[in-house]
Amino acid sequence: MSAVPSGLRRKLELSLFLGPALLLFIGFVLVPMGLAVYYSLYNWTGFGSLGEFTGFQNYLDALTGSVFQNAVWHNVLIAVLSLVVQLPLSIALALLLNRKLRGRAFLRVIVFAPYVLSEAITAVIWLLILQPGGFADQVLGAAGLGGLVRQWLADPDLVLFTLFVVITWKYIGFGIILLLAGLQGIPAEVREAAALDGASAWQTTRHVVLPLLGPTMRIWIFLSVIGSLQLFDLVWIMTLGGPANASTTMATYLIDHGFKRYEFGFGSAVAVILFIICFTFALLYQRFALRRDTQGAVG
Amino acid sequence: MKRQSIAYLVAILVIGITVVPLIFVILGGFRTTQQINSDPAGLPSPWVLDNYQAILTSPEFWTFLGNSLLIAVVATTLAVALGSMAAFALSRYNFRGREAWYTLFTIGLLFPIGVATLPLYLLLRQLEMLENPLGVALPEAAFSLPVTIVILRPFMRAIPSEIEDAAVLDGATRIGFFWRIMLPLSAPALTTVAVLAFVTSWNAYLLPLLVFNDSGNFTLPLGVATFQSQYSQDTARVLAFTALSMVPALGFFMLAERRIVGGLTGSVKG
Repeated sequence: MSAVPSGLRRKLELSLFLGPALLLFIGFVLVPMGLAVYYSLYNWTGFGSLGEFTGFQNYLDALTGSVFQNAVWHNVLIAVLSLVVQLPLSIALALLLNRKLRGRAFLRVIVFAPYVLSEAITAVIWLLILQPGGFADQVLGAAGLGGLVRQWLADPDLVLFTLFVVITWKYIGFGIILLLAGLQGIPAEVREAAALDGASAWQTTRHVVLPLLGPTMRIWIFLSVIGSLQLFDLVWIMTLGGPANASTTMATYLIDHGFKRYEFGFGSAVAVILFIICFTFALLYQRFALRRDTQGAVG
Repeated sequence: MKRQSIAYLVAILVIGITVVPLIFVILGGFRTTQQINSDPAGLPSPWVLDNYQAILTSPEFWTFLGNSLLIAVVATTLAVALGSMAAFALSRYNFRGREAWYTLFTIGLLFPIGVATLPLYLLLRQLEMLENPLGVALPEAAFSLPVTIVILRPFMRAIPSEIEDAAVLDGATRIGFFWRIMLPLSAPALTTVAVLAFVTSWNAYLLPLLVFNDSGNFTLPLGVATFQSQYSQDTARVLAFTALSMVPALGFFMLAERRIVGGLTGSVKG
């Protein structure tokens, strides 16, 4: 290290550089987070003086309540569906788009476009498409699949899957771009060597390319699960968690209780549970899956 | 060559599925609600300009757009300025607790904004920052700091210390070194984090939803959602409004595509 300044000056410089960011981060991220833990121990409306201290009662109520349990299940279902549907789909499409195609650059931009739209705009677009008797229903009818038409957002058995389709439309481009970047990182020599050893195209893909994509896939899985656990905007605008809580997520449940029913303490408890779930997942995932790939990027 | 034609077929299918909803929205804005109700998937016939015209000449749309822009610019500026300073301290100074501070920021990556929202709302109420663009911009900047620092620190670390030594020999202070050498050298990474912070703030929905009650303060995502529920009977108008709301995001994306993609793929690899 070069020309280390004297102690006091160094400290001054350090606090000048680090101080403002810490102040902002602590003030608007860490303090609210700590306050959430504090409020979660009270039965409080969010107005007037802090209500009655109830200890872990809010947590117990949330964890034993069927609506919250369903919300957790919905988040998990979305996460699992993403893994079994979106991941293979993104890999297949990325492999295809990695071939030498005319207009490939254009294709990549197009596929990625929905990702830059806000979830709010995405939600409104699909609300309009899915209106009963609307665009989606007419297209199905024209394709001879009119019998499939359903109450896409009003049917409790279906609403979550409808939302999943919308989520896939919005986020698939992200997976494809990520995997394409991963594919580009695989040297051509590796594939050529496999081909020289007599491997078929499928064998090369299966035994050489896919394992080398491992790090990219693991990152995608991480982001996808965290995103699924935190799902809010899209669901809130499209269904408000309905009908009859059939599409509640942890985040819509928490906002609903905190801001619509003024159960501030209870909502905070839900928030803390949501955070603990995300954090635990991140720690375990970091420890068991990501460790080989990244050094200290997360956590 | 058979594989190649399958590839083209799939490519066309993918484009179709991606683009058709967007085209439906854009073209729908050129129709009347009656046209849409009687034939949802039809083409405009005749083409109607009223919807777009009404929205482009109403102050509402421009107000939302202006609010979004103001908040995103303030949030981005703060995140990049404070984030680059912190990343500099965390990458070029040796001090006790450095890794602990860094870890604290990285934990922020795992905070869903929803978790902190309830107390954040109270805090903003206490500070009398409700209905205030800063009430949204400051928290958004704060929530953008972790990813900013996580991207910038390795980048700043990789800049050789010989450059620093030379600068010091030439009489530069640390602050001068940061300002005149580090920041220009970090320009590519700075652009990436700026784009990410901007897009995040631009697309945010929950925080503006809680902070703003007065529609004069609404941002575009909030405005779109509200407009949709307000005019749900007038589909054509909502489609035109939504189509126009997509323009800034898609336009910005066309300009910054390489940065967005590069930032996302780069950031997740640490």
